[in-house]
Amino acid sequence: MLNLLKEMLTYPFMVRAFVAGTLIALCAALLGVSLVLKRYSMIGDGLSHVGFGALALATALNAAPMAVAIPIVVAASVLMLWIAQNSRINGDAAIALISTGSMAIGVMIISMTNGMNVDVYNYLFGSILSMSGSDVTLAICLSAVVLLLFILFYNRIFSVTFDESFARATGTNAGFLNIVIALLTALVIVLGMRMMGALLISALIVFPALTSMRLCKTFRTVILHSSVIAVVCIWIGLTLSYLFGTPSGASIVICNIIAFCVYGLIGLATRKNA
Amino acid sequence: MNLITCENLTMRYESSFYALRDLNFRVESGDYLYILGQNGAGKSTLIKGLLQLKKPSSGTITYADGLSPSDIGYLPQTTQVQKDFPASVWEVVLSGCLNKMNRRPFYSHREKKLGAENLERMGIRELKNKCFRELSGGQKQRVLLARALCATTRILLLDEPAAGLDPVVTQDMYEQIDAINKKLGITIIMVSHDMHAALKYAKHILQLQQNQLFYGTTSEYLASDIGKAFISESEGSPLTDHAAAGPGLDTIGMVTDESAVSDKSGRSADPDTIADAAAVDADKERTDREYA
Repeated sequence: MLNLLKEMLTYPFMVRAFVAGTLIALCAALLGVSLVLKRYSMIGDGLSHVGFGALALATALNAAPMAVAIPIVVAASVLMLWIAQNSRINGDAAIALISTGSMAIGVMIISMTNGMNVDVYNYLFGSILSMSGSDVTLAICLSAVVLLLFILFYNRIFSVTFDESFARATGTNAGFLNIVIALLTALVIVLGMRMMGALLISALIVFPALTSMRLCKTFRTVILHSSVIAVVCIWIGLTLSYLFGTPSGASIVICNIIAFCVYGLIGLATRKNA
Repeated sequence: MNLITCENLTMRYESSFYALRDLNFRVESGDYLYILGQNGAGKSTLIKGLLQLKKPSSGTITYADGLSPSDIGYLPQTTQVQKDFPASVWEVVLSGCLNKMNRRPFYSHREKKLGAENLERMGIRELKNKCFRELSGGQKQRVLLARALCATTRILLLDEPAAGLDPVVTQDMYEQIDAINKKLGITIIMVSHDMHAALKYAKHILQLQQNQLFYGTTSEYLASDIGKAFISESEGSPLTDHAAAGPGLDTIGMVTDESAVSDKSGRSADPDTIADAAAVDADKERTDREYA
């Protein structure tokens, strides 16, 4: 076990994947609790499709992927939130529109330029090799921001998530908090996308939150369990991916599925006994 | 003293349709105001206006010196989200203190003390670490009332607090709100369509149907043509019959001064404890039955 760890960490790409992956999973889990409880689970999925379109555009333009993807996905997240709250189109319908639309645009751009190749495959399903040094730096900065904001606004995030009407009525700036959560989610998605794949990144947002909600009965324990589950699943998933050469995104999601089942069964058993 | 004064208040949906037209009323300190109206009468819009979540299109809402709309203790209708939300009672109650914290991120000793006091007041101290979603409907409303009491010392605004509760629990809650009004001197604004409860508890009644059908004291309402018309109309409605179902129901959840003096452990309770132990027990039994 220790030897395996030593061996893995001699490869710089594995070190990068572990560091960035852990931080991204942690951030996604924290934001995920609030998103899942507010019924915004699909925002993550929608944004990752937008991210796919943006990466395709960046490749076509020969631009740095992050420089193109970050502003586009951030803009999309604000747009989705706005549509969900203000427009006559329902939130879920709006997300479906934007996500399939940008996926289609991405596919068109790719087919008109390089054609479908390995890069596209990696965008869709993720690759363990994809994390660059600058990605890791970005992941460290981002997670520092997410953790700091989450701790400082913890009580207000609780209040807005539990009962937005009450929070607004008693002077909490719910609109501002919602925007902050959407922006941070967009950043987490863009960063995590190349490791997890555009099709799977939203699992990092929904799985840990839903898993811990099988068992936990307070907001605080849900947050703590989600963080731990997310990090442990990333570690096991990356190790599996390294050992068996499986796609990293899918391996991590499989670990999350197992965790979900375990928590679900324990939850069921304790409820029957109670 | 007038806490809130509305003059010629008009509010619209999306700039075209009138939601409310030309309301003139005031809320005095210590008042118990019932806002009555059918669905679509503009009650929710008025609530948003009073909490300053929506701007009037004309007319004014004036607040007494030192009263900010965020100091109003608000009890919103329960939402779908809360049905499966993992939160402890303590977390929910404390979140009522957020409007007192300015930019401070964490609860201090003062907020925790306030939270504990209000748990005690509502007679739900032993529910402190329970999970909110596993409580009975009546217990949930007590928790949300405790949260609202953390947010205010002067005025409570309740939006259909009896929605979805069975008659006995509803009656118990009305008594509690009445006790909050009488013992703590907190002004109550109750939004409801329960005519019978209004006649029993209200000091003033405001009846809406986009425009103002009636505003005045309860006895004036009883004497008015509009009041008589609506009372005879609601007499035939099975939905509101339970509130007048006779003395049997009234006595079950009744809050009396005597029962608040001591709880089961014999410890003498806070003089301003509102809830009585019997009502909590009734609630508990109900939860137990639900889970059996």
